[in-house]
Amino acid sequence: MFKQKNYIALGTVALAAVLILSLPSSAASRLKLALGSLFLPLFGLAGATQQLPSDLADSVLPRRELLREIDNLRRENTQLQAEKLQANAIAMENDQLRSLVGWEKQQPWKMRLAHVVTRDPANWWRTIEIDLGSRDGMTANLPVMTTDGLVGRIASVGYTRSEVVLVGDPKCKVSAMVDDPGHDIGVLSASGPLDSSLADLTYLPGTAALKSGQQVITSGIGGVFPKGIPLGQIVDSRQVDFGLYTEARVKLSANLGSLEVVCVLTP
Amino acid sequence: MKALNSILVLVAAFIAVFGEAVITAPRHWLGAQIDLLPALMIYAALSTNIVVVSLLAVFGGLWFDSLSANPLGLTIFPLFIVGFPVFLQRDLILRELPFAQVVLGGIASAVVPLLAVLLLLTAGQKPLLGWGSLWQWIVMTAGGAVATPVFFTLFQWCDDALGYKPRTESSFRPDREILRDRRRF
Repeated sequence: MFKQKNYIALGTVALAAVLILSLPSSAASRLKLALGSLFLPLFGLAGATQQLPSDLADSVLPRRELLREIDNLRRENTQLQAEKLQANAIAMENDQLRSLVGWEKQQPWKMRLAHVVTRDPANWWRTIEIDLGSRDGMTANLPVMTTDGLVGRIASVGYTRSEVVLVGDPKCKVSAMVDDPGHDIGVLSASGPLDSSLADLTYLPGTAALKSGQQVITSGIGGVFPKGIPLGQIVDSRQVDFGLYTEARVKLSANLGSLEVVCVLTP
Repeated sequence: MKALNSILVLVAAFIAVFGEAVITAPRHWLGAQIDLLPALMIYAALSTNIVVVSLLAVFGGLWFDSLSANPLGLTIFPLFIVGFPVFLQRDLILRELPFAQVVLGGIASAVVPLLAVLLLLTAGQKPLLGWGSLWQWIVMTAGGAVATPVFFTLFQWCDDALGYKPRTESSFRPDREILRDRRRF
C-alpha cells in the first residue's frame, strides 16, 4: 500500500505547503498576485462574454430610443452641472468659514470608478477584487463605496488589481454614528455568514434609544473612512451585558451581493 | 492519453477555481459557493496517479488561495489529506459506481472546508463563522457530492473523444482464409 513513490509525494506536498505558508508576508502577497494574474486571460474572456448581450441589445435598439436617451442624459448633465456649481459655492463658503474659525481646511476626496473582477471563492470571507491597482494610484485602506453607501476598504494592492474587504467581513470594522439626537457612536462589524445585507452595530452606549429605520453613517473616527458616508438603517436593537451597551442590526445601504461597479475614494 | 488526462485534470481545476470566483448564482440562490476542487480530487485519486493527485493539491490549492483572502498555501493540506487516503485505498473502492462517487465526493467536500477553517483558526485568523455556516457546509457537501459523478462522466467523454480506441479483435484470420479463386494458383 505504502510504496516509496507515495512517501515521496506525501513528503513533497507537505514540504511545499509548509514552505509556502511560512513565506514572509511580502513574498506571499507577491506570489499570490502572480498566481492570480494567471487568470487574467479568463477575466478578459468573461468580461467580453458578459458584454456581448448588451452589445447585441445596443445594436438592435431603435434610433429614436437612442436620441431620447441622449436628450435625457443632456438634461441630467445640465442639472448636475448646476448642482456642482452650487456645491462648489457652498464648499468655498465652508472653507472661508473654516479659515475664519481657524479650523483646518477639508481635503476633498476624488472618486475612481472600478469594476468588480472576482468574489472570494471561500464562504468564510467577504472580499472582492477590483480592476485598479498600484499603477492607478491605489493604496491600502482607501474607502470603497457605491452611490448607495459604503462597500468596504482596500486591503491589499497589486499592480493591476486590488483586494477589497467588504463591510461585514471580520477584517473590516467601521466606526459608525447613528443619526439620532444623541449621535451615538458604535462599531459596525461582521454579522452572520449567510445574509450579506446585514451587519452588527456594537459597543453603542447602554442609554442609546434606537429606533428601527434610523440612518447609520460613518463617524469619521479612525481616519480610514470620511465622515458622513451612508452605511444603512437600524433594523432592531437589544441591550447586551446587563445594559452595559447596546447592539443593533443594520440593514446595509449598498447591495454587497451584486456589486459590479464601485468607486474608490482617493485623497 | 494518461498525460493528456493529467493535463485535463489540472485545466479543470483552473477553470473550476475561476468559475467559483466569477459565478455568483449559487451564492445568490443557495447562500453558499460550491467548491469543486474536492470533487475533482476524488476523481484524480480514483482515476489518475499520485503525481496528479499531488499536483492537483498544490496547484489547485494555490489557485484557490490566490483568489481568496486565505493565506497562500492553506488549501493544499486539506485537498491532499482528502485525496491521499482515497488514492491508497482505491483498489478497494468500487469507483465505477455512481453511488460510491457521490458518497466520496460528499465526504471530501465536507472535510476540505472543515480542515481549511480549522487551519485558519489555528493560524489565529478570524473567519466569518456562525450558525449560517452550517447551512453553507451542507450546501458545499451536497454540491460536491453531485459534482463528483459529473466529473467522472465528463472525463469519460474526453477519454472517449481524445483517447485511442481499443483495437477490436476479429475472428477473421487471413492465413486461414479459404481461397476459391483458381486463377491464383
